[in-house]
Amino acid sequence: MTLLQAEIMGVSLWGPGLEGWAASRAILTGEAPYIARESPLAAPVMLPPNERRRTGEVVRLALHVAQAAVEASGLAADGLRCVFGSANGDGPVVGSILDALTSAPPDRERIVSPTQFHNSVHNAAAGYWSIATRNPLPATCLGCHDSTWAAALLLAMLEVDAGAPVLLCVYDHPMPAPYAKARPILGAFGVGLVLGKPGCGGLGGLSVAHAPEPARGYAPRNPALAPLAAGNPAAQSLRLLEHLALSQAGRCDAAYFEESLRVEVTPA
Amino acid sequence: MMPISAMTAVSALGLGRAAHRDALRARQSGLRPNDFDPVLGGWIGRVEGVEAHALPEALARLDCRNNRLADMALRADGFFDTVVAARERHGAHRVGIVVGTSTSGVQAAEEAYRRIGAEGLLAEDFDFAATQDLGSLALFLRAALGLRGPASVISTACASSARCFIDATRLIEAGICDAVLVGGADSLCRMTLHGFAALELLAPGPTKPCDAGRDGISVGEAAGFALLEREAPAGSMALLGWGASSDAHHMSHPHPEGAGAMRAMAEALDRAGLTPADVDWVKLHGTGTRANDAMEDRAVHAIFGDRPPVSSTKGWTGHTLGACGILETVMIGECFAEGLIAGCLGVAVVDPEFRCRVIKGNESANLRHAVTNSFGFGGVNCSLLLGRA
Repeated sequence: MTLLQAEIMGVSLWGPGLEGWAASRAILTGEAPYIARESPLAAPVMLPPNERRRTGEVVRLALHVAQAAVEASGLAADGLRCVFGSANGDGPVVGSILDALTSAPPDRERIVSPTQFHNSVHNAAAGYWSIATRNPLPATCLGCHDSTWAAALLLAMLEVDAGAPVLLCVYDHPMPAPYAKARPILGAFGVGLVLGKPGCGGLGGLSVAHAPEPARGYAPRNPALAPLAAGNPAAQSLRLLEHLALSQAGRCDAAYFEESLRVEVTPA
Repeated sequence: MMPISAMTAVSALGLGRAAHRDALRARQSGLRPNDFDPVLGGWIGRVEGVEAHALPEALARLDCRNNRLADMALRADGFFDTVVAARERHGAHRVGIVVGTSTSGVQAAEEAYRRIGAEGLLAEDFDFAATQDLGSLALFLRAALGLRGPASVISTACASSARCFIDATRLIEAGICDAVLVGGADSLCRMTLHGFAALELLAPGPTKPCDAGRDGISVGEAAGFALLEREAPAGSMALLGWGASSDAHHMSHPHPEGAGAMRAMAEALDRAGLTPADVDWVKLHGTGTRANDAMEDRAVHAIFGDRPPVSSTKGWTGHTLGACGILETVMIGECFAEGLIAGCLGVAVVDPEFRCRVIKGNESANLRHAVTNSFGFGGVNCSLLLGRA
């Protein structure tokens, strides 16, 4: 089994009742109770006003956790290759385009907002991130339904294996009606990790392998967080985040289609 | 260097590699007036026979226009059997999937929205995960081919299926896979057509990339696949180098000087250990918009000067969006086999401001190395350097 290894240089999260790493740490260790509540994010000041105006909640979520993880790593944002993972991308934007297409009279030529259209691409958050950080390095962006966390983590580990520090940003946001019933997503949750070469002195080591045997992902230790981990693809990272918060080594495997990603964290 | 042991594609030019080779040689476009959403006008690259194509019964749940295109391509050129043979050779869990799409099966959602009932709900039979979700394409390919290696669906707009080559190469180089299925599909849908209409980027007639009077894109659809394999017969096509970058400039306008495009091309040369003088053809992204083609001319000229012939193939197929990277790689493979460089189709007068050597007729050539560019919204740039193993 081929093992990919990396050092975790920075970590961040944002979710309902999980408002950043510092504020969430005691919840992740089980010292403080988890109370799910609305946790709205402010518009990202990192973007120029023109671009900021065009962003919605999904892009703001991704940018927030990306920025917090990079700040925690102490590395320069414009020196990081990027992997952005999201099962659904910007559901509210896609939903509003489909609403417009459905409700407009069939003989109308101008239906869709041009800004909504360019915001509908799955790599919109990565695009805004590159603009905000003036980062000329490439980003790969992916979506794989409930295997998104595993798929994105694997691609990020491959970037590190190829020699580059990488920002991994995985996020998912509830879908608007009428999509919400066809694809329920619980809460808006995002996670950011900055990964570097093993042994470069960070929060701990991460070791990942593709495992052919079918396996269920590891649920969070804290049962109060389990619904979020089960209901939002990005929140499958919660088990790993718990281990980091506890500074405790352990397995935090992730479901990956009918197989799994074997994930082991060894906090420094 | 990553060998490509097999390729296939379906587009407006037809099903399989031979249809693409014949059309390239005959300079026969596959574009036609927009009969998919006629109110928008313009021309489109529509694949014949999608409506009549049925997925194998066991995969019926995954039925959508995008997966139909994928299935059509899989079953052309003996590609399906080639992948199955690779699976038997390496083991199912050693063969990965990295494919790209920009809109996946969103057309299924468009249909479902049209049928929203009085209670405001989508019909019960709309299966999000099996159609619109990006993962649908991976589900389909895993089920159709019995592959059990890691799978990813990349979505970096119009660079999606080009970017796949990079992530797939990493899987093989890291020792996780012995072979990876790459490529992807993008299918006609109202969201894309109306989106480009809103940006005023749809050409009223067939697209004419690099023409002085170019006036936009023709949207097309396509699916295509390639099998990257650690070992392949000598003389196979191969990915010799690649480069990728972000413009970090604007969501839908390219960087005016093409800084990101230059970076991607320079990196591809560097990774291949080649110099600009080694490249026999630069196959442009060449969408036919004023801004893209002007930017790309500047960027290509800055790297390659005016020596190598440059051209776009989108006059044949339209802009197949997330599928253009794989489709155009397949077309380049056919050009290598035929010893020809496909000059731009539909061009009357090359933009006099362009400094590259844009060709508008086919040329004979013993191709050794070609660069293919794919750029997309969000400022993504991918350049692949293709040659022989």
